[in-house]
Amino acid sequence: MELLKVSNLTKSFGGVVANSDVSLDIHEHEIVSIIGPNGAGKTTLFNLITGVDKPDSGNIQFAGEDITSFPAPKIASLGLVRTFQQTKIFRDLTVVEAVMTGRHLHDRTTLLAALLSSPLARQEKRKSYEKAVDIIEFLGMQARQDAITQNLPYGEQKLLNIAIALAAEPKLLLLDEPAAGTNPIEAKRLMETIKKIKETGVTVGLVEHNMRLVMNISEKVFVLNYGELIAEGKPEEILKNAEVVEVYLGRRKRA
Amino acid sequence: MRKHALKAAAILGIILLPALLNEPFYQHILITAGINVILAVSLGIIVGYLGELSLGHGAFYGIGAYASALLCLKLNLPFAFSFFIATFFTGFMGYLIGIPALRLSGHYFAIATLGFQGIVILLIINLVDLTRGPMGLSGIPSPGEFKLFGATISFQDKIPYFYLTLVVVLVVLFLTSNLIRFRHGQAFVATREDPMLASSIGVDPRKYRMLAFAISTAIAGSAGSLYAHYALFISPDSFHLPESIYLATMVIIGGRGTIAGPVIGALMLTLLPEVLRFTGNLQFVLYGLMLMIVVIFMPQGIVGIFSKSRKTEDKTPELIDAAAKHGTP
Repeated sequence: MELLKVSNLTKSFGGVVANSDVSLDIHEHEIVSIIGPNGAGKTTLFNLITGVDKPDSGNIQFAGEDITSFPAPKIASLGLVRTFQQTKIFRDLTVVEAVMTGRHLHDRTTLLAALLSSPLARQEKRKSYEKAVDIIEFLGMQARQDAITQNLPYGEQKLLNIAIALAAEPKLLLLDEPAAGTNPIEAKRLMETIKKIKETGVTVGLVEHNMRLVMNISEKVFVLNYGELIAEGKPEEILKNAEVVEVYLGRRKRA
Repeated sequence: MRKHALKAAAILGIILLPALLNEPFYQHILITAGINVILAVSLGIIVGYLGELSLGHGAFYGIGAYASALLCLKLNLPFAFSFFIATFFTGFMGYLIGIPALRLSGHYFAIATLGFQGIVILLIINLVDLTRGPMGLSGIPSPGEFKLFGATISFQDKIPYFYLTLVVVLVVLFLTSNLIRFRHGQAFVATREDPMLASSIGVDPRKYRMLAFAISTAIAGSAGSLYAHYALFISPDSFHLPESIYLATMVIIGGRGTIAGPVIGALMLTLLPEVLRFTGNLQFVLYGLMLMIVVIFMPQGIVGIFSKSRKTEDKTPELIDAAAKHGTP
């Protein structure tokens, strides 16, 4: 069943067409990657899907609901959560506090309960703490639990961004260049992590430049170039696609 | 355990304060300090947890004071009613102002609140029929009196009013510290730290900014009501821009992003001029100097000295970070 259905999305900024008539589907329990050269419109596509930007035309459906005009927080509440290329982590909080903040949608504390510090509020906070600790452990960051997030090494900041997103219990998790700037060891760890996330029943959409990572874990790959979708298919098909090889991977002779 | 014992001792000490300071002048300072604590803590929600500087808090303080006074004077409502109505009314005004103002952030938000501050004072001065303009409102009734063990206790006396103020201070501290601790406070901080990340996990920045602003201004309104029925006379002078700046100074000097910070800031800025009074003409020079020292040497505010600076807590990850960066192309 398709979880996300993007139909004919177009978005331009001034004269620059960032996305032109892009259509793609992401099915449940898949890992799907979107690749393409810099400026191909990958991040714009994520921004449109998650409500950060609005498309000029086209339509986005998530779990059968038309979310094209929904604001970002509402889209998140339906279970579509993303991370950011410029890692975002709530800089002044500790790791566990940052991940607890990600529990917002699942914390049932009412304003009155909070003001009076009622048993409901305390219980929900304890629950969020336990969930946050679980997620931190799941990502192997136990040692960092009480560190201030901005002091974390870069690779772990990227993981933390994922932890915050996971705390929101997404059905579809969109990762925007999670491996950018990570060293090979961190990238490998990330790959394992993404696989593990998928095993917990989360569908994963990925924008990524790290080809080894993409080809290793994706079940399906979409290729964008100058805002247009030029190819889609299994990783091995994409590697053989002449156009993709030309625009993105480089010509064989030159390599 | 030790923390609770300390807290209990502090509260007991405060309760016994008026007995120790039996001059009306000292008691007056205590009441003023209490009202300032309420104002600073409420402004601290905006400054510390939304990360926005409001220069219009004095105006909300004034709205509460005038609303409460007018409810008593024109409608003969008892203090208990006018206090709560004034609180809600001010919060509602905060909500209305928040609709346009909270679309802005940073310097632009500060300027918007500055504009609002000016408008409120102009309205108070010019709605002469209602507010008696620059002459101010006089004859505001005191909260009245009640009988306890046969003795009549009147809120016109300073000691009972001190205890009334203290009750409000404690309730405000209880409510705000809880507000900050749970889901809503986390959402405030999320919008302060990164509105985009906040919305990506389902926190609606606009909703929580409005909520924090409305609650903060409502509390300022309650402080206004307390002030009006204590001073029994109010005029626009008590609520103009210098008051707003004074309140913002309390929060920043005390320490943003905590509850204790604004409390300390309010106490310090209220008590310091009195303590320095013996220096005569030097009073304001020393006062200004001390504020500058705090700002220069304690960028986290006074509370910063007590809590170990969080940012320097662990240095090791930075080293690892540096090493990691060398490893990547």
